[in-house]
Amino acid sequence: MILETATGRRAAEIAGDFPLLATRTSRGKRLTYLDSAATSQKPQAVIDALVHYYVHDNANIHRGVYELAERATAGFEAARAKVARFVNAAEPAEIVWTRNTTESINLVSFCWGLQNLGPGDAILTSQLEHHSNLVPWQLLAAKTGAELRFIEVDAQGRHLLDDLDAKLRGVKLVAISHVSNTLGTIAPLETIVPAAHAAGALVLIDAAQSVPHLPVDVRALDVDFLAASGHKMCGPTGIGFLYAKRALLEAMPPFLTGGDMIHRVEYTSATFNEIPWKFEAGTSNIADAIALGAAVDYLEGLGMAWVRAHERELTGYALERLRTLEPLGIELYGPPDLAKRGGVISFNLGDVHAHDLASILDTEGVCVRAGHHCTMPLMAKMGWPATARASFYVYNTEEDVELLIEALHKAARIFKLA
Amino acid sequence: MDDFYKEYILDHYRNPRNFGELERCDASAEDINPLCGDKIRFELQIDDGLVTDVRFSGKGCAISQASASMLSEEIKGQSVEDVARLQVERVLENVGIGISPARMKCATLGLKVLKSAALGEIATWPDDDAAAAARGSR
Repeated sequence: MILETATGRRAAEIAGDFPLLATRTSRGKRLTYLDSAATSQKPQAVIDALVHYYVHDNANIHRGVYELAERATAGFEAARAKVARFVNAAEPAEIVWTRNTTESINLVSFCWGLQNLGPGDAILTSQLEHHSNLVPWQLLAAKTGAELRFIEVDAQGRHLLDDLDAKLRGVKLVAISHVSNTLGTIAPLETIVPAAHAAGALVLIDAAQSVPHLPVDVRALDVDFLAASGHKMCGPTGIGFLYAKRALLEAMPPFLTGGDMIHRVEYTSATFNEIPWKFEAGTSNIADAIALGAAVDYLEGLGMAWVRAHERELTGYALERLRTLEPLGIELYGPPDLAKRGGVISFNLGDVHAHDLASILDTEGVCVRAGHHCTMPLMAKMGWPATARASFYVYNTEEDVELLIEALHKAARIFKLA
Repeated sequence: MDDFYKEYILDHYRNPRNFGELERCDASAEDINPLCGDKIRFELQIDDGLVTDVRFSGKGCAISQASASMLSEEIKGQSVEDVARLQVERVLENVGIGISPARMKCATLGLKVLKSAALGEIATWPDDDAAAAARGSR
């Protein structure tokens, strides 16, 4: 790509930071990794941080009085501060470590939802949500008697907001994906958040596909809750976080209970720790939290404005190249306006089922996802049995796009698409 | 690897045999592949313990559809017990290409549904016949 980071680096060079991308497939093909919406690859700096922790700093946190334990605690809390700064939270205490986005959303459902929702209340989400931001609300609605409502999306996956104010009546929580993992749609939060607050609702955003890919500022967006995963943003699996405004966290009861989340325990009662530790029962995922801190350092080194600009340019290039397959029957889904979509392209080619397509692309080393992308209701609404999905990240280049196009031509040859 | 999908797989995908529904259906079953939502339904017409006609329907990838289509051709005239005893190896032989673990569910969805229809039929038989069939299908 033409775009350079502030320090003059380009995606092709950045790919060199990710050791896995230099490996070959069993067929000897160059790896063309186009599935970062599922999980990102990890830069050496993050792998090193993980190894460094276990080699030099491993001890249990918070109560150890020896130097080693203090070092582990300091690293763990420094990582929290990095994540807080990364999303511009007011303070590190507003960041709760979880396993992933799903757990973060479940925490809000259990600790906020069960306390604050009842019959007559409503939860508003959208038709394009990942199951992680749908199923917890289905269960919460069933438990509390609250109603679950949906912002509709059009055939390109764009939110339809004409009836937003009517839909917001009685709504206590708006839970919405910042960026759609299936279509790339960037939610119009600038409209939804103020309208939700005016209607007296809180706003949770599922930021699994936004925090890794674009600058996210929780205070500028004025969201009340934000859920994200480390593994999609160059960090390890098993670590994610919940951002919530301090007053909300303070009012919420604990989630899991046990060690580390307590203040004082007697035989028949206990008082709880301060936020954020009140929500972190048991020994935390210390190593992965610290490595996620290293991932944040890595992304800040590239600059999130550059990450967004790079992906936007690459997505535009890919859409242009994919359109050359129109004579072969390619269908491209998602919002046409690049300003309103992330680096995700769902598509189908002729009558080739997405699974067959992904298998053939795999023979060329091209990794794409195929299926329903954990958005089964959206697929049913759109009438797509399945789609193939290519998604981009900091290490992807025009060469990756060209290899995708070549592999699609191969699939077209095998399936004899005219 | 250009023979990754053999000619006859594409033929069965685009021109599935015994596709549709039976007028007289004596046993049926359906299931989905939760990986992608592919769906297959099998309907059997049964006379004196033999499969005298069969139809399948559904939507899915070439592997799952061709695999079901080929099975539908093979089982006509077979006993319900034999259908209940069909093995995965048979399907993999039919498909004829190396099936990766990720695609195994696609290849075997039709078989799973077909066997489930056959076993459902056997479950309705008088106890002695069913017990004999169960012994046979071990």
